[in-house]
Amino acid sequence: MSEVGQALAEAHRREWAFVVAAAVRAAGDVGIAEECAQEAFVAALQGWERDGVPRNPGGWLATAARRRAIDQVRRSVSLRGKLPLLIEPEADEEPGGSEEDDVIPDDRLRLVFTCCHPALAREAQVALTLRLVCGLTTPQIARLFLTSEPTMAARVTRAKKKIAAARIPYRTPPQHELPDRLAAVLTVVHLLYTTGHTAADGDTLVRADLVERAVDLARLLNALMPDEREVRGLLALLLLGDARRATRTDADGSLVLLEHQDRSRWDRPMIDEGRRLVVEALRGPRPGRFALQAAIAAVHAEAPTYAATDWPEILGLYDELLRVWPSPVVGLNRAVSVAMVDGPDAGLAAVDALAEDPRLASYPYLAATRADLLRRLGRVKEAAGAYQEALLLAGNAAERQFLVGRLQEVKRCT
Amino acid sequence: MAQYIILIYGDESAYASYTPEQFGASMQAHHAFTENVVQQGGKILSGEALELTHSATSVRGDVVTDGPFVETKEALGGYYVVEATDLDHALALAKLCPAPDGGVEVRPIMDTSGG
Repeated sequence: MSEVGQALAEAHRREWAFVVAAAVRAAGDVGIAEECAQEAFVAALQGWERDGVPRNPGGWLATAARRRAIDQVRRSVSLRGKLPLLIEPEADEEPGGSEEDDVIPDDRLRLVFTCCHPALAREAQVALTLRLVCGLTTPQIARLFLTSEPTMAARVTRAKKKIAAARIPYRTPPQHELPDRLAAVLTVVHLLYTTGHTAADGDTLVRADLVERAVDLARLLNALMPDEREVRGLLALLLLGDARRATRTDADGSLVLLEHQDRSRWDRPMIDEGRRLVVEALRGPRPGRFALQAAIAAVHAEAPTYAATDWPEILGLYDELLRVWPSPVVGLNRAVSVAMVDGPDAGLAAVDALAEDPRLASYPYLAATRADLLRRLGRVKEAAGAYQEALLLAGNAAERQFLVGRLQEVKRCT
Repeated sequence: MAQYIILIYGDESAYASYTPEQFGASMQAHHAFTENVVQQGGKILSGEALELTHSATSVRGDVVTDGPFVETKEALGGYYVVEATDLDHALALAKLCPAPDGGVEVRPIMDTSGG
């Protein structure tokens, strides 16, 4: 790749959100801002070939996008005689500022909170975040979520139209709304990560691209909101999970359980970074959901072997996690640690107590966990039934292959 | 400022069986709402309570039928048209709107003045 091509690709990955965000302020519309950002990258290709790569590529692109946005608005004002109004001037802003001088405010947080506004459906939040904050194209997003391109395009268009028509504001929420609004943002980032990490239907277990985007986003949020412990917790959680990426599947792409993963191949620098972040995220009263999940991941990452893991510590963290996030899936994970601390019988009782929960009715890991505990108890017939049940529900090829293997194993024992 | 309509939906059977005291309390809650909107920097442009859906008549083309256009358990029972700075402001106002037997829907009103 040419020097300019490389610089542009780098700028696209690192500065896309900054460029779009800078243009929204001038354009008053996220859709127009996005077009202006695209045009700025096209202009850069020619401009940089001619004049060389600028010292601050992000600033160059943001200025170019913003100028285009200002031009567009002027044109549409003269055409339609009215100005789209989306951005109320903020109290801390200098009057008459930003339009002509070259100081571009960092609006990336505003952009993220707009994309993840609760008035938008979760799928729309995810799609918009990938488009506007990460710079993915609609075909790329459609591929990642295994939907058709027209479906994804319609979803993105509808969401952009809603932002404009309903006047979803372009701002970071006030302090009293921040916890709820931030939770929505973190959920979107976490969803990107888990979708990439356990690709629900695809043939491979991990879609690396999506995982890396999620980690990038978490890093960006952590840099922009250094005082938010849950942001730090989320980044730690993603790093600690991603550090095990290479060992989660074997050479054939089959699933390898935590128990059997080659711990010497875990990414130590990533784990160390994650652990440092966990310590910071846990500091202070009442740690949140992501900090606690990251703490659990950190205990696993520190353990020399599966058996030598500090299971009582894990169980205690799950108890705390259940208090702040009473989800049946957390209950199921807690049941696994009960089995490790008090034996498979106790674990099975904990799993069976959850089986009534309708939210777990189509959750393959419930049946898979039951199957594993029954197998360990030597109740092979029941185990075989539970593996079959799990197989009916599992969608991912690598996970299905694993379950088939286990099913054959217990069948041989009957 | 933009305009939004707050559509109030609720279970009519609950509303139909209100005692006079409950009805009075409901009226009072709506009165308090109109004051709260002003306090929150919004403005109510209009608002009405509707008679129950069994009083509704629907017309499609030339065909006239008895009953509401869409049969739902939670029926449209009233509305407010409010002025708010943006959706967040409108949603904050909507959260104050009394809707004990259901909830409300917030819809932006189309600005047709420029076209």
